[in-house]
Amino acid sequence: MPWPSDEIEGNKIADHRPWPRFAVNEDAWRLATAQLAIGRWTLLGLWGDTGAVHMAVLDANMREIAVLTLSCPAGHFLSVGALHPPAIRLERALRDLYGLEPIGLPDTRPWLDLGFWNGQYPLGERHGGSSTRAPYVFLPVAGDSLHQIPVGPVHAGIIEPGHFRFTANGETVVRLEQRLGYVHKGIEALMAGASLDAAARLAGRTSGDSTVAYALAFAQAVEAALEVKLPPRALYLRALMAELERLANHFGDIGAICNDASFSLMNAQCAILREKTLRTAASCFGHRLMMDAVVPGGVARDLAATCTAEIAILLEDIRRLFPQLVELYDNTASLQDRTATTGVLRAELARQFGAGGYVGRASGRAFDARKMLGYPPYDRLHFEVPVLDAGDVNARVWVRIREVEQSLGLIDQIMRDLPTGALRALVQPTDEVREGLGMTEAFRGDVLVWLRLEGGRVSRCHLRDPSWFQWPLLEAAIEGNIVADFPLCNKSFNCSYSGHDL
Amino acid sequence: MRKILFDTLMRRPLTEAPPVTDDKMLAELAASLERAARRRLGRSLSIREIDAGSCNGCELEIHALNNAFYDLERFGLHFVASPRHADVLLVTGPVTRNMREALERTYNATPDPKWVVAVGDCAVDGGIFSGSYAVVGGVSGVVPVDLHIRGCPPDPVQLLKGLLALLAA
Repeated sequence: MPWPSDEIEGNKIADHRPWPRFAVNEDAWRLATAQLAIGRWTLLGLWGDTGAVHMAVLDANMREIAVLTLSCPAGHFLSVGALHPPAIRLERALRDLYGLEPIGLPDTRPWLDLGFWNGQYPLGERHGGSSTRAPYVFLPVAGDSLHQIPVGPVHAGIIEPGHFRFTANGETVVRLEQRLGYVHKGIEALMAGASLDAAARLAGRTSGDSTVAYALAFAQAVEAALEVKLPPRALYLRALMAELERLANHFGDIGAICNDASFSLMNAQCAILREKTLRTAASCFGHRLMMDAVVPGGVARDLAATCTAEIAILLEDIRRLFPQLVELYDNTASLQDRTATTGVLRAELARQFGAGGYVGRASGRAFDARKMLGYPPYDRLHFEVPVLDAGDVNARVWVRIREVEQSLGLIDQIMRDLPTGALRALVQPTDEVREGLGMTEAFRGDVLVWLRLEGGRVSRCHLRDPSWFQWPLLEAAIEGNIVADFPLCNKSFNCSYSGHDL
Repeated sequence: MRKILFDTLMRRPLTEAPPVTDDKMLAELAASLERAARRRLGRSLSIREIDAGSCNGCELEIHALNNAFYDLERFGLHFVASPRHADVLLVTGPVTRNMREALERTYNATPDPKWVVAVGDCAVDGGIFSGSYAVVGGVSGVVPVDLHIRGCPPDPVQLLKGLLALLAA
């Protein structure tokens, strides 16, 4: 494969699949950073390893992926964030976990280490003693008539914890600064040494709302590493689960966004559709959120005989009610007044950060891992990727409405073409060191999983939530909006805290 | 909008009959609830939810309690925005080290009498996250717990059973 070795010199690492990994030197690392900074490549991930850092990049045509690895025996590396801001939080997190120093990193404050762990650098070779609780200094804000509103980590609703520091002038937000990491569970440390089954369960609990997408990305990585060929029925059932998960989340969130604009009728009606979707999932796959239903090698159980009819009834219900709700959303001026032109994310920022999901697609970034990578069975299914340019709350709602329609069409095709046959291929562990990369389209964007297997166990696994490249954009989108519109903007992004904090 | 509201009036309600609570849960609660507290609170409880480290799966199912099928408020149970208004803290997740202080502070901000319900397998003992450098473990290691509702995540019926047991004890 010529790319990216045309421009970047590096040694291709054996047994890294399906995309290549190259060991590069500092010059090549610098060149790669420049490619990111000028927008020819998109950053997919940046994570630590023992004595090394890895970055995953996507080329501008959005079809080719590569991992570049820089070994850093002296414990430091050239900061990517110095030239390419989307890498800043990833590098702060990497340093907290591994103790590797990004040279030139513009923001040297800790990110995931809030000062409560037993020791510093839990995954690294360097031991920094007990983690210290230095006061966290928020970015300075200067000007007349400014006041600050600290919110969280415990929020007012039934939501995850995180801290938001608003600086406002009257009602207008002049700056939002996020502080995350509260639900950091140390998943990557728990992954090290885990059996494939245990690791799959952990992957499926990285962000509960995306359990299918995570389990799928993890399984893809394992299957790539061990060159497992999947039975077609398993591929179709996985896609069925992924689309049910997408539907359930889109229904829940479309309703919740309207609820944050005090329009509770939409919330009540959308919640009915969500509940019906979850009940169908429970009946077909044994679990409402379909946890542990996708396993390395295939799926855990088959569809019961009654499921074809149940899914048909669900689709019929949705097709009857949902268009009425869309009409209601579109024709309610007081609701549109809240969502249109609110929380605008500029297309340039969405592109720079490689924002996935509806956040990117409502701001003109036409990336969908199902389409661009065409992982099976999506290469055989017909669907469109809705893209809008307005970048406001309204556009994010509309992208999700259109995606619901696409998912319904996908489920039609999956049920029509569902192959018969085996559910699970044999996953044969090997004593060799194998590495794999998996990438799936969760409802909120692309999930990336990279792993290394040794002796049939996971020795290192990194899971990158789409929220890493969306959270910072929420800070940008809220600027100039009124404080009261923050819940609306926040819900329209609906970033994952748990997936981000890991 | 009128059409949807009208249709809803004409249809049978979606709300389902409440589940029967089980004896084990009642037994766990009997010890922690006293008649005096019951007299003071009546059968209406305000709940404050705290995610102390969950994967957000439990939150999704707790949210579902408010939908038309389960309609939690018909039992006099409702979610409130502040611990100052709460009788019950519904805590999810393995308690992470980064959330421990926030959980303690929220507990201390809740007026007595109060109950703590730990939701989900992780909230019992840390679940699959136990042993991590970043995790304290179960909720009872940080604040006293009156009732555990197991499950990964517990579905809304299991949650409802637990909360009804709280009212019945």
